Amino acid sequence: MSETLHIDWTRCDGRGLCTELLPTLLDRDDWGYPLAKRATNGDRSNVAVRPAHSEAAREAVHLCPKMALSLANQVAGFGQ
Amino acid sequence: MDNALWAFGRVSGIISLVLFTGTVLVGVLARSGRPLLVVPRFSVTLIHRNIALLATAFLVLHVGSLLLDSYAKLNVTDVVVPFLGAFRPFWQGLGTVAFDLVLAVVVTSLLRHRIGPRTFRAVHWFTYAMWPIALAHAIGNGTNGTSRWFLLLAAGSAAVVVGALAWRVSANFLETAKTRQGGLL
Amino acid sequence: MTPVTAEMPMVVDRQGPSGTHRLFAAGNDAGLAEHVQTFGALPSHGVDARLIDVVEASGLTGRGGAAFASWRKIAATVDARSGAPLARKPVVIANGAEGEPLSFKDKALLAHAPHLVIDGLLTAARAVSGGQLFIYATDAGLPAVERALAQRHDSRSVRLVAAPETFISGEASAVVNGIANGPALPTDHRRRLSESGFKGRPTLVLNVETLAHMALIARYGSAWFRTEGSDRDPGTRLVSVSGPAGDRLLEVAGDAGLGDVLSSADIDTSSIQAVLVGGYHGRWVRPMDYRLSPTGPASHTVRPGAGVVHALPDSVCGLETTAQIVGYLANESAKQCGPCMFGLPAMARVLNSLAYGGRDPQLVRELGRLSRMVTGRGACHHPDGTAQLVGSALEAFSAEVAAHLAGTCSKRMGRRS
Repeated sequence: MSETLHIDWTRCDGRGLCTELLPTLLDRDDWGYPLAKRATNGDRSNVAVRPAHSEAAREAVHLCPKMALSLANQVAGFGQ
Repeated sequence: MDNALWAFGRVSGIISLVLFTGTVLVGVLARSGRPLLVVPRFSVTLIHRNIALLATAFLVLHVGSLLLDSYAKLNVTDVVVPFLGAFRPFWQGLGTVAFDLVLAVVVTSLLRHRIGPRTFRAVHWFTYAMWPIALAHAIGNGTNGTSRWFLLLAAGSAAVVVGALAWRVSANFLETAKTRQGGLL
Repeated sequence: MTPVTAEMPMVVDRQGPSGTHRLFAAGNDAGLAEHVQTFGALPSHGVDARLIDVVEASGLTGRGGAAFASWRKIAATVDARSGAPLARKPVVIANGAEGEPLSFKDKALLAHAPHLVIDGLLTAARAVSGGQLFIYATDAGLPAVERALAQRHDSRSVRLVAAPETFISGEASAVVNGIANGPALPTDHRRRLSESGFKGRPTLVLNVETLAHMALIARYGSAWFRTEGSDRDPGTRLVSVSGPAGDRLLEVAGDAGLGDVLSSADIDTSSIQAVLVGGYHGRWVRPMDYRLSPTGPASHTVRPGAGVVHALPDSVCGLETTAQIVGYLANESAKQCGPCMFGLPAMARVLNSLAYGGRDPQLVRELGRLSRMVTGRGACHHPDGTAQLVGSALEAFSAEVAAHLAGTCSKRMGRRS
């Protein structure tokens, strides 16, 4: 099952650890925040993680200094 | 045997202090979001964590060996409750305070994904109190505390930590400070 | 989901209002007497779980902006309730916080037809077996609702909560956060609000106009609702029209022509150069042969969002207007999420430069780059909406962009400040 890496932007401070650990998935934007290279239906807050990157993603979740990352098998997301 | 414990207790205390100094310095670097030359950011974070755990291990050995050592006259209460000791209670009490703070910081760090960022951060701030308290304990309580070499070591450590703190509060501390300046209207 | 049952009105003793004059059919400042006189009492039986089927058959979509199928939201809340190990009663929130400076339809609805909104809230609450009920609105909307609640006995469980006058206070997670914790700021939500919203309970947030339509659908059925509008956009919607002639509130059929809407508001379309549809998170369009519908090809339809239509007169520069709006939106960022906190001011600066004298062709490229950079990154859709507005401005005012880059502005007779 493919996973998604969820970025909680209200916590993220763009410290750059995740972009080092997942260079194939994430760039950094002008201000240092992680920038998903690929959007899923325009969504770049839930980044698709292939099994090959699963371990690195887990590491990123664990090491994120702001605890802004989480991994899940599926994502929600409809608002008003 | 007692002599060995006594000597080990002193040495482990000094090693622990040096390692905690390193922990604080690497922690400040990690907070800046910068890599250390060729060492990537996540490694800096791991180094910070590992030095801290090593320092804690030496601290436990320091306290444990002196607890077993009859000369130090330390009892279990003194390990947790400060300022009740038989020998130089004030300076020993500082050590107890520092030990308690270290325990709080280490436990909240290990459990940070459970307790959330706020509590973690609030408790982590105590390291800035813990470090000078530990240093004062070493000078005031240590057998070598006032010997020339130790005072030189202490002064040097204090200088780098103060320097790191000055950098920490400076405007360009964050790696991204420049691009984020003027970001708000 | 049996269409036959669903087509049947729950109460057949009364005909619904005909034409597009529905939500305000009881007149201005309608009290309980006028309300009941016009619409009849809210059916007290039968309006429960079956409502989901009826609303699905009606095709009602959210009138708060996102145009999400209302029945799906209700059904998701019901599912969350039955799926939870400890059944916690869902919370239902009537959202009347418009935030949008160009929108005034929700304030008007709360002021003149508060009983319809309350009916809708009670109807939705019954459908999901709701516990706590809230009406959330800015200060302007609260007094009329307070009076209305005092007039009736079936709404004791409804609590009124004041919303701050900020652009994002009406975003669903900001609404829940505002009511539960105080600050009306969007929150990160991995789980849908229907699963875990207000204090972790299943939470249903519906726009007040959506609820008012639901109150009528519960009375007259889905077939009646669909007598106006089209298959892709059934029913009616309120539209806040603003422009050189002032503000006008209209209730129009779904899928209405943009030109017709403007004429109904007495706006001379020949003096209009472009129209902003959907508000500050919306889209500039020109000319006027678009239809207002949440779905349909972008070449012929424009999403009405929360029903905002703003006409830009010929004499005003669209780039300057958009630059002012983007400056406002950058300021209204909750400043919680990095891409929004830094990206929107950056966009505002570049657009300002383009609007007020900058002649570097890179400005346009930079705007595109920043728009792509902020899109899809945030706890709410504030950056996405802003990027959409900017993109549509560059398209709709492309001739103006060229003029500005050449050092002129067609709206200032060639003179640039």
